[in-house]
Amino acid sequence: MPPAAAKTLEDLAQAKSRDYVWTLNFGPQHPATHTTLRLLLMLEGERVVDAIPDIGYLHSGFEKIGEHLNYNQYVTVTDRMNYISPLANNVAWHGAVEKLLGLEITPRCKYLRTILVELARISDHLLCNGAVGLDTGAFTYFLYAFYQREVLYDIFETLCGARFTNSYTRVGGVMYDATPLVIEKIRAFVRNFPKTLEDMDRLLNRNRIFIDRTKGVGVLTKNEAINRSATGPIARASGVTRDLRKDDPYLAYADLDFQICCATAGDCFARYLVRMAEMRESLKIVEQAIENLPSGPVNVGIDERTTLPDKKQVYTTIEGTISHFELVMTNRGFEVPNDEAYGAIEAPNGELGFYLVGDGTDVAYRARCRPPSYIHFALFPHLIRGHTLSDVVAVLGSLNIIAAELDR
Amino acid sequence: MIDAATKTALSEAFPSIAWSEFRGDTRAVVPREVLFEVFKRLRDEHGFDFVVDITCVDYLNFRGAEDRFGLVYLLASTHTNERITLRVFVNEPDLTVPSAVPLWEGANWLEREVWDMFGIPFEGHPDLRRILMPEEFTAFPLRKDYPLQGRGERHNFPVLHREDA
Repeated sequence: MPPAAAKTLEDLAQAKSRDYVWTLNFGPQHPATHTTLRLLLMLEGERVVDAIPDIGYLHSGFEKIGEHLNYNQYVTVTDRMNYISPLANNVAWHGAVEKLLGLEITPRCKYLRTILVELARISDHLLCNGAVGLDTGAFTYFLYAFYQREVLYDIFETLCGARFTNSYTRVGGVMYDATPLVIEKIRAFVRNFPKTLEDMDRLLNRNRIFIDRTKGVGVLTKNEAINRSATGPIARASGVTRDLRKDDPYLAYADLDFQICCATAGDCFARYLVRMAEMRESLKIVEQAIENLPSGPVNVGIDERTTLPDKKQVYTTIEGTISHFELVMTNRGFEVPNDEAYGAIEAPNGELGFYLVGDGTDVAYRARCRPPSYIHFALFPHLIRGHTLSDVVAVLGSLNIIAAELDR
Repeated sequence: MIDAATKTALSEAFPSIAWSEFRGDTRAVVPREVLFEVFKRLRDEHGFDFVVDITCVDYLNFRGAEDRFGLVYLLASTHTNERITLRVFVNEPDLTVPSAVPLWEGANWLEREVWDMFGIPFEGHPDLRRILMPEEFTAFPLRKDYPLQGRGERHNFPVLHREDA
């Protein structure tokens, strides 16, 4: 008996082509996804016909937890979102909280946070580009990148005692002021890092294998990038000149001289080049900010009643004692408006924002995170269609998907 | 902050929009009936070509709140860097909201997440499935009447043994 379906030639062709389509389960535990995510790939031979992302493996209810932890406690959870650059998440979170509170932080704190976000950006881009190199066969390159990440971890450890989950910011300030040793280490990094960047450039920028693997792969056009809400290096590699550091200057970016790095090709190679160029610009920002770091207090004054006063003030002044007491008592310290605000920063991966609803208490009524990884991963099926199986890892690497931020 | 001309033009076209300002952000409360038209007008005539975020707030325990759910649309323009926050309030039993996916492809996963977490159905969405929670999950975990520790889904899950698998 002939098959019942097949009415027109087109149907027949489609049914015939379906015979060759096979599915491949990519992940959730696969060395090239780097994180826990799953892809259902539909392949015709080696060509990807379609990809269906399946996420949620690391969903841990961070937004629900945000409704139960207070504004200072939640910073520990933001560390665990994009754990490649936790300091950027800390600054984004407390930037949004301070916007909701209407609090103006001190100039020293602004510069310090700027330096830290830029160092976090360097460490994020190092990992992302290193992983793209690793997945396309350039292991040496990955080690070059990772050595410098170790130097950055050392700086963060000297700064706040934690290498990985820093939790460094507080409402209206930071945990500790930067010591002269930290400043010295950052200066040394600024001096030594360009040499590694040049080495990295020399290793991959004209490497035939790497270019063949990444050029023309996963092309995202400018209009698609805008329509599909891409931000950060991914949008800039497609020619979208959008960067919150310039468009909507926050912290100390308005005082500093730097450029937005863009490319027009929109492929994996362009995203790699944009990240390389951004590291150089970040280094410029760090250098300027560290040399112009203002003196003065790093936290807001005790009359703002948001950050804990230092011990000297607590023990010797009545204002310090009262302020300390009020802050550690439940529902006494913060004055939060019954209103909603959205604060965002240009995180290494793109626009990282928090939409906060305050209800008068020191716990957010709703703490929504706008995660760049989540929005960029939605691009993936579109970017991979028509490419080969081996391009999956190149595209996935260049999107820099961090599953903890993807699923929250 | 948005351009004054944009605001005037929108207020004239849609008198039912309520405007407010907070910390330099322009916010508009839009009735659900005209939501899609407002989207279309913002995109086609005022250059808001970029969806920053779509989220939802459950106002169940919020002091002085009259509506249950407030959807939040953060839109931006990549040409002028204007930003606008649109809010839409919906109440049970009819929670359906028009989908923004026909206008902005980027709204796709954001709306799926709102559906997953709050159970707001988006009319006209091409692929409205759960995204973060497992497909067989029945509750909407970010609603305020869902407890922090869950309703036992984590410890009462069905156990599959090797021999019956």
